[in-house]
Amino acid sequence: MAAMAVALRGLGGRFRWRTQAVAGGVRGAARAGQRDYDLLVVGGGSGGLACAKEAAQLGRKVAVVDYVEPSPQGTRWGLGGTCVNVGCIPKKLMHQAALLGGLIQDAPNYGWEVAQPVPHDWRKMAEAVQNHVKSLNWGHRVQLQDRKVKYFNIKASFVDEHTVCGVAKGGKEILLSADHIIIATGGRPRYPTHIEGALEYGITSDDIFWLKESPGKTWHPTDVALECAGFLTGIGLDTTIMMRSIPLRGFDQQMSSMVIEHMASHGTRFLRGCAPSRVRRLPDGQLQVTWEDCTTGKEDTGTFDTVLWAIGRVPDTRSLNLEKAGVDTSPDTQKILVDSREATSVPHIYAVGDVVEGRPELTPTAIMAGRLLVQRLFGGSSDLMDYDNVPTTVFTPLEYGCVGLSEEEAVAHHGQEHVEVYHAHYKPLEFTVAGRDASQCYVKMVCLREPPQLVLGLHFLGPNAGEVTQGFALGIKCGASYAQVMRTVGIHPTCSEEVVKLRISKRSGLDPTVTGC
Amino acid sequence: LERSPPQSPGPGKAGDAPNRRSGHVRGARVLSPPGRRARLSSPGPSRSSEAREELRSRLLGLIERSRVVIFSKSYCPHSTRVKELFSSLGVECNVLELDQVDDGARVQEVLSEITNQKTVPNIFVNKVHVGGCDQTFQAYQSGLLQKLLQEDSAYDYDLIIIGGGSGGLSCAKEAAILGKKVMVLDFVVPSPQGTSWGLGGTCVNVGCIPKKLMHQAALLGQALCDSRKFGWEYNQQVRHNWETMTKAIQNHISSLNWGYRLSLREKAVAYVNSYGEFVEHHKIKATNKKGQETYYTAAQFVIATGERPRYLGIQGDKEYCITSDDLFSLPYCPGKTLVVGASYVALECAGFLAGFGLDVTVMVRSILLRGFDQEMAEKVGSYMEQHGVKFLRKFIPVMVQQLEKGSPGKLKVLAKSTEGTETIEGVYNTVLLAIGRDSCTRKIGLEKIGVKINEKSGKIPVNDVEQTNVPYVYAVGDILEDKPELTPVAIQSGKLLARRLFGASLEKIYHTLFWPLEWTVAGRENNTCYAKIICNKFDHDRVIGFHILGPNAGEVTQGFAAAMKCGLTKQLLDDTIGIHPTCGEVFTTLEITKSSGLDITQKGC
Repeated sequence: MAAMAVALRGLGGRFRWRTQAVAGGVRGAARAGQRDYDLLVVGGGSGGLACAKEAAQLGRKVAVVDYVEPSPQGTRWGLGGTCVNVGCIPKKLMHQAALLGGLIQDAPNYGWEVAQPVPHDWRKMAEAVQNHVKSLNWGHRVQLQDRKVKYFNIKASFVDEHTVCGVAKGGKEILLSADHIIIATGGRPRYPTHIEGALEYGITSDDIFWLKESPGKTWHPTDVALECAGFLTGIGLDTTIMMRSIPLRGFDQQMSSMVIEHMASHGTRFLRGCAPSRVRRLPDGQLQVTWEDCTTGKEDTGTFDTVLWAIGRVPDTRSLNLEKAGVDTSPDTQKILVDSREATSVPHIYAVGDVVEGRPELTPTAIMAGRLLVQRLFGGSSDLMDYDNVPTTVFTPLEYGCVGLSEEEAVAHHGQEHVEVYHAHYKPLEFTVAGRDASQCYVKMVCLREPPQLVLGLHFLGPNAGEVTQGFALGIKCGASYAQVMRTVGIHPTCSEEVVKLRISKRSGLDPTVTGC
Repeated sequence: LERSPPQSPGPGKAGDAPNRRSGHVRGARVLSPPGRRARLSSPGPSRSSEAREELRSRLLGLIERSRVVIFSKSYCPHSTRVKELFSSLGVECNVLELDQVDDGARVQEVLSEITNQKTVPNIFVNKVHVGGCDQTFQAYQSGLLQKLLQEDSAYDYDLIIIGGGSGGLSCAKEAAILGKKVMVLDFVVPSPQGTSWGLGGTCVNVGCIPKKLMHQAALLGQALCDSRKFGWEYNQQVRHNWETMTKAIQNHISSLNWGYRLSLREKAVAYVNSYGEFVEHHKIKATNKKGQETYYTAAQFVIATGERPRYLGIQGDKEYCITSDDLFSLPYCPGKTLVVGASYVALECAGFLAGFGLDVTVMVRSILLRGFDQEMAEKVGSYMEQHGVKFLRKFIPVMVQQLEKGSPGKLKVLAKSTEGTETIEGVYNTVLLAIGRDSCTRKIGLEKIGVKINEKSGKIPVNDVEQTNVPYVYAVGDILEDKPELTPVAIQSGKLLARRLFGASLEKIYHTLFWPLEWTVAGRENNTCYAKIICNKFDHDRVIGFHILGPNAGEVTQGFAAAMKCGLTKQLLDDTIGIHPTCGEVFTTLEITKSSGLDITQKGC
């Protein structure tokens, strides 16, 4: 159980590396011009692959090393990293499965004669999703081959600042040297190792998408895994979320609480302000979870089929021997520290993606940062990555799309007096005939108050939030003002037209419910 | 892609243009013509109520008698600015300095009850409460103040709107909020098949709303197929029930009709279910269902009569064919259907009918979706063809005969080639005509007051503020001539626009095919969905056209439209981070130009 060892290594390891780094740097360095590659990418996820492909396109000699350490439950996967294997892609597909469940319930209202209820077969879905993921793994392999990027399925660690040692599955070691090295090893789910039974009986997002059998009655102690809980509820499973404090930290809090409200009204159970203390396996195979109510101190228990930990992610840096290369990491998060050019404390070693301190953990940011980095290295470019106004979408059952500042951030930066928030409760047309409740369908635009009322942030809660948000992200990038958005003609009847119809400000105190057409 | 409902004409475009919200003048109209909003002076139960009432009526009298009243304080600099404004306009004002009269404080109190404004200056022009200093200057800048000064209350109404569709209703409500006395005349002439409907116009009753709901029903059919691949298990053959769907949709529409009635009532807009026709200047004749005639006058008029489907003018068309006016409330399933036309109405209807599993044929005279980017139009057509819609290109019907009565019956359609002498014959249950729409402008007495229309199209030419050649008559909505703003369609046919503006060589086109993630597991076709942008090379690669063919196209397009308003360039697209995994993100990674001829089929993630 390698991962457990890693997780438990704790404080001791942190302070040893500096002296070693210096020694390593002197010892084994291959001289420039004699190194195997122009660029070596450690990690074959979205960011790493984007770097490799871009560099190959610019005519460089490139290698990618990638190795998936099996999860404590033994789950492993192919090339492509978190997004493709255990992140965005399988998540959105399972979210889609849950949405289809909702649509099946809508269908009779629209004249389709389907006998209800319709049962869901986890195995069939999982197999279809996994097949798609496998085809993507394969696609990545082919793309690397097409671009003459050398791919090694080995577990890498630094030997010195230009050399990486890789260990293959059979234990065979390879030394690879390169002029430039990019670390893109990403992160893995955190286990609460202090909780008895957590590691033995719990699973994480690394496992859920690869389960052969339905997880059954599920329990998530989490403040980020709303998405998983959402689709599990949506395919008909009894799902409980345990949260210690607030959901979706860092997101607009009004929107977050509406996401929770919507999930609660659709059957997901919530245990708020509780902390788990113990997981045990009962004789019948079920898991008994014990938790404590943080305010009353009272203990309570429940039995579940599956316990899914979704309490954050830790960067995959500990097995890299970063100290041998002299790469600095944050003592708190173990993430790699970089400057605005993505360079680490060692000038020719760079890092992109989730492994980097202070960067959004999003696929498209990793890809863009990686490509810009390679263009600076080999393409004569000087363009830096702009991390402002990164749009994103949370695929909870009612999707939440956002770009720019949250209301709290806007008020903190500009002061309550200088911020105007326009908002509306709307009802998607599709909900009407289906008789669905739209009380959480809501949109708000955070603007500066002074004309022309520059748009600072947009928050959209409703179906297809990702599709709606993308274009407006462009608008904000173009410096859109409230006035310009209001001058945009709506596309009727869509949900996104609600954004260009926002007339009611929070300050006015008027009812923001959209009525009529 | 939708025809947009002209629900809220852009700033400065409503019939009542200068009065729109731009100035934020909350027109608490204090004295109204008889019968309207007479609640303001109802006595309260307080002990000093009598004295208060007396003061109130004194103030109301003052407001009624004066062209301009300024409640002011002699030392207040804002009051001084307002007084100076009016004197610069050469307008005489009645000024009441509250700090120099005995009951100044009480006057201010009563004023605040009347106007909900506690401060001075407090300004009334021709009985309309304009507001304070800022509002007065805003009204001056927007032209509203000048309008109010000219106001003449010799007419029954300030504004009469002919037509209760999206454009007319939004105009009516806005004008009412601004304190105007407004009437809406709306009358639906039954279709040749006898279909009629309630308040709200085309969009709500026989357009966007039922169309999108039927589209949604068809999408659900697809979702049901997909859902098996996603693990949902049901074995029975799923059938579609037309009656259930139509009933649900009609129920929703009825609730909208009712909502419109209610909101007009709430805003004290007079609604008359009669046919309006000009008889002389400022005067209109309203004829109700029973043929009773009533006459109304107004200072200004807005024509918002919209359009109705066109007929072919061949034997049997009005007797046996239906149009979009009838389809959405058809009491029976249309069965095997021939759709005549290639407008977006034709293709949308054909699309959802085929989605319900019906046998659908589209008869096209020349090109698909005229006015749209033709590459996109052809892709739409071939997608439909792959999904079971048959196309008969370059044919026009010449005769429709009834073979059998029934619900639906059986019709024989005879059509001839547009290119040769070939004729074909087909038997269908329903023939749906969707060959275009005609403006309802020819039978509303426009000639009596000299409003010009385009004789050929029936459309009304207007200037930039939507004013016709007769200054007090405005027009909004589908009946306007050459107004691309109200049809985003026209704006978005970027290619044509680009050609017209810059000539073909100056544009750079980026494009790609893509595979929506939701389609992968569902096993739906790859390399069908398509994204394309058109940039102007000589204006910093400014994006001048945006096209997407794929799921949720409306939701995707809206935000990009806003961005194009703000000067979107290719560089900004490249700098924007995609939202993963969505369809919209393909626009942030467009690399291949059309002129490069490179392969755009998708393989990896």
